This record gives sequence, C-alpha cells and structure tokens, in this order.
Amino acid sequence: MTMSDLFQDYSEAAGRTGAYDEMFAPGQMARTSYGQVAGALRELSLADVTARADSMARTFLDRGVTFDFAGEERPFPLDIVPRVIPADEWDVLERGVAQRVRALEAFLNDVYDKMTVVSDGVIPRQLVTTSAHFHRAVHGFEPAGGVRVHISGIDVVRDAEGTFRVLEDNVRVPSGVSYVLENRRAMAKGLPEAFGQQLIRPVEEYPRRLLSALRKTAPSGVDDPTVVVLTPGVFNSAYFEHTLLAGLMGVELVEGRDLICRGNRVYMRTTAGEQRVDVIYKRIDDDFLDPLQFRSDSMLGCPGLVNAARAGGVTIANAVGNGVADDKLVYSYVPDLIRYYLGEEPVIANVDTFRLEEKEAREHVLDRLHELVVKPVDGSGGKGLVIGPDASKEELEALRKRVIADPRGWIAQPVLQLSTVPTLSGDKFGPRHVDLRPFAVNDGDDVWVLPGGLTRVALKEGSLIVNSSQGGGSKDTWVLADSPQVPVERLPRQSITVRERVSVWPVESNWRDRQSEQQQ
Amino acid sequence: MLSRIAESLFWIGRYVERADGTARILDVHLERLNHLPTEERRSVARELLAVMGARPQSEEFGLEELLHALAYDKHSATSIAGSLGAARENARRARETVSSGLWESLNTTYYGLNQHRKDVVGTYRYCHWVLERTAMVSGLADTTVSHDDSWLFLALGRSLERADMTARMLSTRDVLSAGMSWVNMLRCAGAYESFLRTRRAAFGDQHAAEFLLLDRLFPRSIVYALRDADECLAKLDPSAQRVGFINDARRIVGQARTFLEFHRTDDLMSELPEHMERVQKAVSQASDAISRKYFNQADELAWVGEVS
Repeated sequence: MTMSDLFQDYSEAAGRTGAYDEMFAPGQMARTSYGQVAGALRELSLADVTARADSMARTFLDRGVTFDFAGEERPFPLDIVPRVIPADEWDVLERGVAQRVRALEAFLNDVYDKMTVVSDGVIPRQLVTTSAHFHRAVHGFEPAGGVRVHISGIDVVRDAEGTFRVLEDNVRVPSGVSYVLENRRAMAKGLPEAFGQQLIRPVEEYPRRLLSALRKTAPSGVDDPTVVVLTPGVFNSAYFEHTLLAGLMGVELVEGRDLICRGNRVYMRTTAGEQRVDVIYKRIDDDFLDPLQFRSDSMLGCPGLVNAARAGGVTIANAVGNGVADDKLVYSYVPDLIRYYLGEEPVIANVDTFRLEEKEAREHVLDRLHELVVKPVDGSGGKGLVIGPDASKEELEALRKRVIADPRGWIAQPVLQLSTVPTLSGDKFGPRHVDLRPFAVNDGDDVWVLPGGLTRVALKEGSLIVNSSQGGGSKDTWVLADSPQVPVERLPRQSITVRERVSVWPVESNWRDRQSEQQQ
Repeated sequence: MLSRIAESLFWIGRYVERADGTARILDVHLERLNHLPTEERRSVARELLAVMGARPQSEEFGLEELLHALAYDKHSATSIAGSLGAARENARRARETVSSGLWESLNTTYYGLNQHRKDVVGTYRYCHWVLERTAMVSGLADTTVSHDDSWLFLALGRSLERADMTARMLSTRDVLSAGMSWVNMLRCAGAYESFLRTRRAAFGDQHAAEFLLLDRLFPRSIVYALRDADECLAKLDPSAQRVGFINDARRIVGQARTFLEFHRTDDLMSELPEHMERVQKAVSQASDAISRKYFNQADELAWVGEVS
C-alpha cells in the first residue's frame, strides 16, 4: 500500500468538512511546508505506519505520558502526522500572542489597582465585579517581581478561510506544555524521515526559559531564589505535567502540606529543616490556594500564602486573581484592551462573539440557538459548552432557560469549521479538526513564545471538540525556521573540532608497559 | 577461584556494560544523524564508529552500515549484539559459578536479539530494550551472586567498561559538535534528571561535562566508576593494605582517578579530548594488567622469570 492508498478518499472527505486543510491545498496538492512530511509518508506502507503509531503509544505508556480520565491513567493519543507551521505564519502568531499577553498583563494590573479601564469607559465596571474570578483578596498590591501572567496559553483556531483567530485566553493555569515536549521526543523516533534536512525550531528550551523567568521575578533582595512547583497531588489530571516540569527545572515539586507560612514568608519542610521558598509556580486553582482567603475547606493549599504574596515575601506564578482576564465576556473586549493599553491594532482577531447581556444580541441569539455555539463564561476544558447544530431540542430548550436566567454567564459564537490535518484513523488518513495552544513565558521584560505549542485534534470524524477529556488527541507542532542561517540547534562544525590541543596530564610513568612494548 | 572463570566473569561485566553504553550512545546520536544532510551524515557516521573503536569495513558507510556495525553485527565485539553474544558465551563457560538467574537473563537476552526491526525506528526500540535487559542482568548479578571474588571480577569489569563508555560518550561530544547538545549528552548517560537536580539553574557544556567526568555521587561519572574499580581491586588483593602498590592495575586506575578528581582547571572543555583519551588508555592498560596478574598467571611467571 502506498501513500495514495492511505490518502484514498482524503480529498473527498476534506471537501465535505468545508474547513481549511493545513496539509493539502484544494486538488490534493501538499502545501510547501508539508513537502518533507508528505515525502516521508509516501515511503511508508500501512504496516509501517501502524507499527510506528503503536510504538509511539507504547513509549507514551512506558514514560507515563498520561492524563487522568475518570480516575484512570490513559496515554494521551499522539497522531503520527505532525502539524507544520511555516515561518511567516508563525511570525504573525508569535507577535499576536505576545501582544495579547502584554495587554492582559496591563489589564490585570489595572483591574486590581485604579481601574482606569473602567473610568475611561472602555469596559463596564460590572463586567469586572461580576466575574467569578475577580478576587478582592488580592486587590491593591503589586505582586513581587511585578509580573502576573508568567505563563499563558492563548488558544487559536483557523477558520474556513485559513485565518487564525483567538478562541480563548488561559492565564490562570494553562496546561499541556508537557505534551509539547514529549511529542517532539516521540516524533523524532517515530517519524525520523520527516525531519529530514528542514530546520524545525526546537522546543526543549522551554523548562530553562520558564525557570529563568520564575527566578527573575523572585522577590527583590533574594540572591539565589528557590523555586518550587505547587501541585494539588497525584490525583490531579495534569500531575504528569507537574512532575515533568519540576524535574526538567530541577526544582522541588511540593504539595500544600509541604509548605508553611510564617511571618509572611513561605518555607518548605525538608530533611535539613525548613527552607525558604521564594517563587511558587502554582498549579492549583485560586479557590484552593489559601483556606484563609478562599475555600476554607481546602486541604490542597497552604494558609497564609496570599498574605505572604501581599507582603512581597513570595512570588506566586501565575498571580492570584488572573481568572478575571480568562472570563469569556472579558475576552470579547480584549481587542479594545489591546488598543487601550498598547495603542496597537490586534495582530490576531477574535472569533465574533455575542454578549448576551445586550438585549438585541440576546434576542438574535435566542432565535438562532441551533446554529451557534454557546459557552459559559467561566468554564474551561470545553465544560458546559453547547454546540447548537449537534444539540437536541430538549437540550436547546434547557439552554434557553439558563441563558435567560443568567445572561452574564454565557456568550455565543458562530460554529467555526476548525482547520483540519490528516490524522490516522483505522487503515487510512482522514481530515480531523485541530486547534492550537501556543505557550508564552513572560519574565517581566520580554514575552517569549514557545515555537509551536500544543495542537489538539478531535479524533472523531466531524467532531469539533478537541479536549482530551472528550476524545481528543494531539499532534506534534513544527515551526519551520525561515532560513538555514538562523538555525538554533546547529553551530559551525569547525568551532570545536579544530580547537587547540591542550595537554595537562603528567607524562606517563608506566615502566612495565614500556618494557613490554619494547619486548614486542 | 579458577583464573579461567575469573576471566569469564570479568568479561561478562565488561561486555554487558559495553552493550549498555553503546545502546545509549547510539540511541541519542541516531536522532541527530537523521537530521543531517546525506554527505555530512556519512562522515559523522564514520567518526562515530571510530569513537567506538572500530573502522568501517567498506567504502560505502552510511546510516544503515552504522546500525549494523554498532547494533546488529554478531561477529564484532563493538556492536551491541556482538557484546551480548560474547557475554552469554562467557556465562556459558562459567555456568556452574554464575547464578541461574544471571545465566538465564543473559541467555534470554541473546535469543531476543533477533526480534527487532532493523530500521531506524526499530533500532530505537531495540536500544530501549537493550537498556532494560542490561539493567536486569546487572541487577541479578548484584542480588543473586555472593559478593565474593567472583562477583568482584564481574563488578570490576563493569566499572572499568563504564568509565570507558562514559569517556566515549564525552568524546562523541567532540565528533558531533554539529548538533550534539549537552542535554543529549546527559540523556545519553541517563544523567539528565540527576544533573538538573544538582545544578539547579546552572546550565551549559562545562557543567555537564564536569558532571559526567568528575561528579563523586553519580554512578556513571568517570570518577565514580574508577573509584568503584579501585575498590574492587583493593578487595581482590587485600595484601597491599598499607603502603604503595604491588599491582599495576591499581596504580593505573588510582592514578587516573586521583588525577581527575583533584585536577584544577579553568577550561575543562579544551582539555576534554585529552582527558577522554587518557581515561580510555588507562582502562585498556588496567584491563591488560588485570589479565596479566589474574588470568594468565603462567605467562606472567615465565615473564618475570626471564627478567630476574
């Protein structure tokens, strides 16, 4: 079987979706950026592809690259066809993501301080104060290190015309970067031919970038800051990621019970006594972080953390209270926020969004519920979202009631035909819808965007839901370097091989050996 | 114990460790090799083979030939299959002294050598499998054999070969400077996580090389492996407890280790090639000296007789 068999019926299936296909232009012509991938796949038979896919799945299981699904550890499905982003497209994405992070950073600083954005009439005050994640507990202080959005994941999708649009912002606890790192390792061994001679920008520097950003934003006056990763524990669905990041940064992975706050400083209990902690990379929800401020029944956090942060004794990354910027109603204002804070036009557009508090929009939406996607404003991971065309009459009726009861709690968007990438399904490749989550690290001076990010793919034909909890998988995401002159991984070969010969060892005093040599 | 048996055990230790080291080196370099243009790939493949101590047998030497030479060639002690075959052959000859657990694990490994696809992707899994098998052999040797002289010979072979293999890993850093990063070098030795935990925020070539060469606590570092070898030698020959040495092997291993351990330098990277060369030389000299002393006593005596 050759590629033509594996891709039999592909163009027909792709035509049916009406979406933009990332690999093939109309007429089943592979786009230039996919040349090498197409070439590699052409050489493989179905048996090869299956053997490699199995081997990759095995590797993931062995390495424990899993997510928690209904209490069970499942390997995160990785498809064998990568998603390739050419240099020029990435350039736009990179600028757009960094711009968004800078705007949200400014917005959060403002919202927890003077709220000029409200007094200048850019957004209504109510929008902020009614957000479930606007935490008054952190009002009125600047976090140590001066950064709030250290780590962000800005979800983007491609519409039917191939234009990138931002779908949502994640500036609380974005997860998934561990799969980016693991996917690249698995692909290098699973489809080595496709790497060929093209320059794919590496992702392995992420943990180093993250650690240096975290250290840089430590409270002032600390020379050699101690960083920890705070996890809710082994039952969390992203626990694998917590261990991987802590391991790759070479820092401790702590649980709430390992920490103590005293005198507005944070310490961890170690065999050598209590050790001061300067920066906490927080991987638990704000609600569970500090029982003194939030849920008093939380056993996951540590009492006193918020006060320690307020007093400048510890940096918490991401800052507490960032959820207000994730609110999907705030999302609909982000283009305005970019113009307001940065004086720039947004590089990447939003998806058109209806604010259901506005009467006209609400009436319009309620008439067309069956054509739209309706989302709760504070949900993440696809929770609570209703896709009109797929919903039953009863579901739509229930939704209508909930929207009328709480219009602030919902937004509506048109159904986007997310772009597709060929994905192995049974014995052939079929078009499957994908999104993209680029990750950005902000160290206060500079926003660095990890080349690529996590491409999630809906493995079921026609499905638009890419979440791993709902049958989604992932793809390795390759950003091509634009010219061989900029490679990050390759140094000129001569630089080391021709270096001068140095001799520091004593002259050999091996009398017996020399004698035996003479004898021979 | 019989010299012949001691020699077999010594070589089981060396061969198993060699298979392990070769699998590690191959696994990491394969990834890099794949990304090179064909011409460069050829020359790098040759250089890699040279680092592992062999010469290409034909003019046409590419990726496929490299895989054969380092992974699958049963007739060459440089390859993984050859080493594991030789280890099993040695165990067969010393079968009455090795534990059945150790023998069986070597034998099973030997029969498993053919059950892998010999393309690039198959080789990755093969290397992974080899690491598991060698760890198992090593673990069974440690837990099912009394730690008497027979085990000491096995451990001695293992630690000498380990020092040698780590030296070769670090030499490949030189060969493949094109794309070889310190991250891969550390992964190669299974030292990545350990290194990160000790070094925290300090990254870089120099630190990584230092870790693999000089760290006193990481078991695959050269200083650690040489210390292990030294301890085995000391236990094998308890007569030289107080002053001096009567055993060439101890002198060679001890001098190399102490030189490295207490050597002060500002520029480790430029000295690295010499260190690696000297470590490999010390290992081969020590191995010869051990052979002379323990395994070919007849020759040794005759030779001493000639001198006196």
